[in-house]
Amino acid sequence: MSSITTREAPRGFSFAEYMTCLSGIVWREGLRFLHQRERFVSALVRPLVWLFIFAAGFRQVLGISIIPPYETYILYEVYIAPGLMAMIQLFNGMQSSLSMVYDREMGNMRTLLVSPLPRGFLLFCKLLAGTAVSLLQVYAFLLIAWLWDITPPPQGYLTVLPALILSGLMLGSLGMLISSGIKQLENFAGVMNFVIFPMFFASSALYPLWRVQEGNPYLYYLCEANPFTHAVELIRFALYGQINWISLAVVAVCTIVFMIGAILAYDPSRGLARRGPAGGEG
Amino acid sequence: MQAEMSNEMRSSRLDNDDGAPPPPRAGEGWGEGVSTRENPQEERALTRIASVDAMRPPPPAGAVRTARGQRSHMLSAALLMVLATSAPPAHAFIAYVSNEKSNTVSVIDTDSWTVTKTIKVGQRPRGIDLTRDGKFVMVAVGDDDTIQVIDAKTQTVVDSLPSGPDPELFAQDAAGKMLYVANENDNTVTVIDLEKRARLGDIQVGVEPEGMTISPDGKTLINTSETTNMAHFIDTASRQIVANVLVDARPRYAEYKHDSSEVWVSSEIGGTVSIIDPKKHEVIGKVTFEIPGLRKEAIQPVGIGMTRDDKTAFVALGPANRIAVVDVASRKVTKYLLVGQRVWHMAFTPDEKYLLTTNGVSNDVSVIDVAAQKVIKTIQVGELPWGVAIAP
Repeated sequence: MSSITTREAPRGFSFAEYMTCLSGIVWREGLRFLHQRERFVSALVRPLVWLFIFAAGFRQVLGISIIPPYETYILYEVYIAPGLMAMIQLFNGMQSSLSMVYDREMGNMRTLLVSPLPRGFLLFCKLLAGTAVSLLQVYAFLLIAWLWDITPPPQGYLTVLPALILSGLMLGSLGMLISSGIKQLENFAGVMNFVIFPMFFASSALYPLWRVQEGNPYLYYLCEANPFTHAVELIRFALYGQINWISLAVVAVCTIVFMIGAILAYDPSRGLARRGPAGGEG
Repeated sequence: MQAEMSNEMRSSRLDNDDGAPPPPRAGEGWGEGVSTRENPQEERALTRIASVDAMRPPPPAGAVRTARGQRSHMLSAALLMVLATSAPPAHAFIAYVSNEKSNTVSVIDTDSWTVTKTIKVGQRPRGIDLTRDGKFVMVAVGDDDTIQVIDAKTQTVVDSLPSGPDPELFAQDAAGKMLYVANENDNTVTVIDLEKRARLGDIQVGVEPEGMTISPDGKTLINTSETTNMAHFIDTASRQIVANVLVDARPRYAEYKHDSSEVWVSSEIGGTVSIIDPKKHEVIGKVTFEIPGLRKEAIQPVGIGMTRDDKTAFVALGPANRIAVVDVASRKVTKYLLVGQRVWHMAFTPDEKYLLTTNGVSNDVSVIDVAAQKVIKTIQVGELPWGVAIAP
């Protein structure tokens, strides 16, 4: 039985049915995350290594100027904290799409795709589930960062939430879009290196962009065009109770574009996934 | 020879070559640099309020109008509470900051944290304080060899006091009747009657006198001399030195504990704060500083501020760009707070909620929330801000 035949009567589902589907997917993703303790630990260790080791080494070398949203001089670790939060989401987004490649290879994806609900909704649920997991990771990181004396204003922990949801969705849908073009698990590692590292380093996560501009104006334009930069800035401003409107617009538009792209790409009747027999689905 | 040395020292201090990074250019930032905007604080304060409001998640589109209204009311009430607990509206005070290079005094409103006026004064203003009644600001203008008096109401220079050559810092007694001025170039302390605005005499002290503090009972004046490395204990009645206490190299500032039990003297080159028993005239302890990753020479203690309960002291560490928070009882540093470059002096608001520090090289004033022990803001002022005083 192919998933295409099950998708033939996708009309007239009740709200409750949608919710059942959503909670099922989120629940599965949550369980998977909780059962993979190593994943949780590694998701935390990665930014903490940056925070404790990289930032500690650089704090004297690179002080920092007063740039919005900050109102006084800050230590380097305070500067990179929002970048590391976005990094958690970037890795998480890529990882949850990696799990989709895995699911497809192992045949689990069929379980998901037999659902009579529209595929777009299923993918959106999957994205939401991934974002929810990234939120857990980010808040765990913020807690440890707080012990490390990175203390944004108390209301910042609340105001950053919408920003995190939006950036989580954007990075997740980007990962999904990329994963749709990947046939095998092995290929994904290469893409991770080609996507994650350039995105992370060519952004404002580790250094303010005007600093990049001084060094290389072209690199500056590249960083400015990088959606990850705007995810970082959106989080940075929201953490201090402010909105960076440009970043908000860029992240919102990118989320929509990536999401539509991912939904189209995952539609077996169109897009990339149809081009070849993909793992377990074949 | 000594005079030569002291001149050399002073010029080197002016050039900021003793461990301080060069003054940042506009737009420069790494190296704990400088703001990228002209006056970003005000603008940001506004955007902050606006954006917190805008960050509120919108209610679902289908919500009933009244329910929505109620919910938004509740939300704004909750938000107000959060804001109220995190930033209580402060009683507005006026802070005066002397800018050594631009020859001005910046007036800061402590409610809006903005510079409301810049007063032109004489050359090289450093030591600054208000008369006890808060009516006048006195500022030592070293290169004009006088102390100028600014009317706090009109914010203009109205008079001057007769100091010796190159006055740097001064102290007044509790009643605000006598003013004692350290004349850096003359190795003397000038005694001035504040009511008559007349010079009563001079006291000969060590080379390059600077730090000045007076005991709460007004009987003992302490002056530190930078080159002689001593704290001179002066009896104010006889105007005679009664004891000299040797401290670490280049003592810059002295501060009495409010209970009179100790005098704290900061040594810029020695990198320590010596704690002196004012009765025995002995150093009874030292506060030392260590900031991981920062070389020892960059830690140059200057200004000291002590809370009224004598529990916490704040020490400015010059080119280390930090204020050390010291637990007075244990004499141990509990925290280092990052402020602007080359922090000189500090002053508490009268309610002791905030502490303002002058950051000489980055040309700004940092505001510390005393209870939270956090730097909350940094405000651009004139060039080389040196001293700060806050009106009662």
